[in-house]
Amino acid sequence: MNNSLLEMSGITKQFLGVYALQDAYLMLKGGEVHALLGENGAGKSTLMKVLGGIYSLDEGSISIDGLEVKINSVKDAKHFGISIIHQEIVLVPYLSIAENIFLGREPLKKSGFIDKKRMFQNAQKLLDDFGMELSASTLVDNLTVAQQQMIEIIKAVSFNSKIIIMDEPTSSLTEKEVRFLFRTIKSLKEQGVGIVYISHRMNELFEITDRITVMRDGKYIGTVTTKDTSNDQLISMMVGRELSKYYIKDSSNSEESILKVNQLTKQGVIKNASFELKKGEILGFSGLVGAGRSELMKCIFGLESFEKGEIIVNGQKVVIRNPNDAIQNKIAYVTENRKEEGLFLSQSVQYNITIKVLHEFMRFFKVNSKYENKETNQYIKGLSIKTTGVEQEVKHLSGGNQQKVLISRWLATKPQVLILDEPTRGVDVGAKAEIYSIMNKLAKDGVSIIMVSSDLPEVINMSDRVAVMCKGEIKAILNKDQFSQETIMHYATGGQ
Amino acid sequence: MSNIVVKENKNTNLRFNLGYSIIRFFRENIGIIIGFIVLCIVISIVNSNFLTTNNILNVLRQSSTNLYLALAMTMIIILGGIDLSVGSIIALVGVVATSSIALLGLPVYLGIIAGLLVGVLVGLLNGYVIATTVIPPFIVTLATMNIARGAAYVLSDGKPIRVMSMSFNNIGSGYIGGVLPTPVLFLIVILIICYLIMNKTKLGRYMYAVGGNAEAAKFSGISIKKVQLFAYTFSGLMAAVAGIVLASRMFSGQPTAGEGAELDAIAAVVLGGTSMSGGKGKIGGTVIGALIIGVLSNGLNLMGISSFWQYIIKGIVILVAVYTDVIKKKKS
Repeated sequence: MNNSLLEMSGITKQFLGVYALQDAYLMLKGGEVHALLGENGAGKSTLMKVLGGIYSLDEGSISIDGLEVKINSVKDAKHFGISIIHQEIVLVPYLSIAENIFLGREPLKKSGFIDKKRMFQNAQKLLDDFGMELSASTLVDNLTVAQQQMIEIIKAVSFNSKIIIMDEPTSSLTEKEVRFLFRTIKSLKEQGVGIVYISHRMNELFEITDRITVMRDGKYIGTVTTKDTSNDQLISMMVGRELSKYYIKDSSNSEESILKVNQLTKQGVIKNASFELKKGEILGFSGLVGAGRSELMKCIFGLESFEKGEIIVNGQKVVIRNPNDAIQNKIAYVTENRKEEGLFLSQSVQYNITIKVLHEFMRFFKVNSKYENKETNQYIKGLSIKTTGVEQEVKHLSGGNQQKVLISRWLATKPQVLILDEPTRGVDVGAKAEIYSIMNKLAKDGVSIIMVSSDLPEVINMSDRVAVMCKGEIKAILNKDQFSQETIMHYATGGQ
Repeated sequence: MSNIVVKENKNTNLRFNLGYSIIRFFRENIGIIIGFIVLCIVISIVNSNFLTTNNILNVLRQSSTNLYLALAMTMIIILGGIDLSVGSIIALVGVVATSSIALLGLPVYLGIIAGLLVGVLVGLLNGYVIATTVIPPFIVTLATMNIARGAAYVLSDGKPIRVMSMSFNNIGSGYIGGVLPTPVLFLIVILIICYLIMNKTKLGRYMYAVGGNAEAAKFSGISIKKVQLFAYTFSGLMAAVAGIVLASRMFSGQPTAGEGAELDAIAAVVLGGTSMSGGKGKIGGTVIGALIIGVLSNGLNLMGISSFWQYIIKGIVILVAVYTDVIKKKKS
């Protein structure tokens, strides 16, 4: 093909005898946005880390502008004009924006000392060019996650790279910032920059990309032109089979109130939040990042304190000062940060599932491992957790299976209210569908579910009702016949 | 790209002049500075000898060896590490330098070079092992702490090694121009070097980067190994300078010298507001931290309070100071 900017072919990479990449292929043209699509563990990030010089390749070749190159280090990659915007934010918290942007390539004075003045001026110019209303001397620690993400993007762009890799760049951006990013991408495209765009959000791929390469199990599956493909085709390429039904949700029409929150207020975070949760329903919580959804859930679960308001469970007013009180009231909370706040990553599947209910297996002073095993296996089977056994360390599981382990832990406490905060974040398509069916089954069994989610299609398809929050307030509670992407976004951005 | 109005002050010149840095330094360390001033006022009220030139120079001299260690320790803690071996390096360096002079008959300057070299080597060993293995710095330097201390005992056979040489003695006890104690002169030089490293060079910037987010540093193409190697070697060198100064003041190399010195250095760093989890801190804070420790023990001595009680008071001061700092940060 003509004007190939980058060609990676026959790329193979093993970790401890396991193939992470096997004969992977990618061809990027100048001035195109090329999506790399695949489930978690399909090898997208590994392929990009090979390109970025973080991993060395075992076999295969990389050509840039038709010339074969060797990339052995981050420095090499930069030399060839390759920049990566990583999925996790990799900025140094206690350095300023300017210092972060120029980290590793600080402008020097003749004396060999850093030319701070030039560095700050250049950084400020970049910020201004991008319309960021920030001073270059602001510490990164003081920025919001979305702002940090924008700094990452600015940093990558400032290298004048020929090839920019964006790994889930929008995962923590607000809609406005996503628009902004897309404008930036378009202007980079016009300058002939090739962009590799990794995202799980299908609608974004259809909006911004020109071609899509699909990977599965470390292998190249195929490349399609975006305007000639469909959602279904991509999903079946990713999964390798047809997914019969993605969102599975039977509607609920119970009127029995399980949980009621009245006028809950937390200074500066939540304002007069009131809502009611009915038996066996899924109540979606939508809103932009920072709207106070997680904070409200943390208040209900006793992780954060609040000044005003009451919580009513089964018609009785209850006092919840800490998570233990919440558990006593049969409330469970599955955190959005499963690695930081949820799982004990170096412990076994069993350890993670039974930690909250160990008392049930106690015989005198010791844990009866037979009962514990039985219980664990029940969840492994019931939620189809893919693991080598109860003793496997959780950190070796995929994101979806980790999430199922965490959900199992809370199901073991037999909750009547299950709060799921971003239940499918960082979870691949196949596991997503499984989690949806688990949620549907739980709801049918009478568990009331609160689902906080930033994934609009998920909110719309899985919820019986949707509460939309904006700046700490519940702006609207919509019934099934009322919700669409437009109405939800309308309330989420502060509309009345 | 469209330009939207930039709200915050863009007076870039302001950020780089010295006056602004000083103002910022006071603003960031206001709590500990007020504490320090209050401490000085209280002691000077109780004892009129405190605020004399002689006594102030005395405090500075006594604090200086701690500060050599503490300044290097600040770098290491910012880097996300710790160096427990510095106290033992003091002893080993003292023993090596004095035995080179007294037992091998080397000239004083060669003895000093030998001592400094030993400190650098132990630091290099720390840095090399930490950079190339996955053994945590705490463990590595705990090991070299024992090795260096043991070596000091073996070399000296457990006894002090006396040096009768005015030129050696003058290193730690001399005065420049009859006023400024030599250890304070060294301190000023070291302080300037550390300030330049931490604020003006790439190396200093990289220490914050490695301690603040090692992944980010790696992805920016920074060699974490080089930064670690430098910091621990520098710490070894600083401990060696302290070792020479102390041996010189005691007319002898003593295998027991510098016991617990690493903890005093860490205390000064922590009092100065450097985060033990790395990535954050300033050498200016460490200077004040070390001065608080110095003034406190000087003041308590002037008041005639026994050294047994001084330990207890020092412990309480560390707890209270760091706790108030934590509270202050939580509020802001």
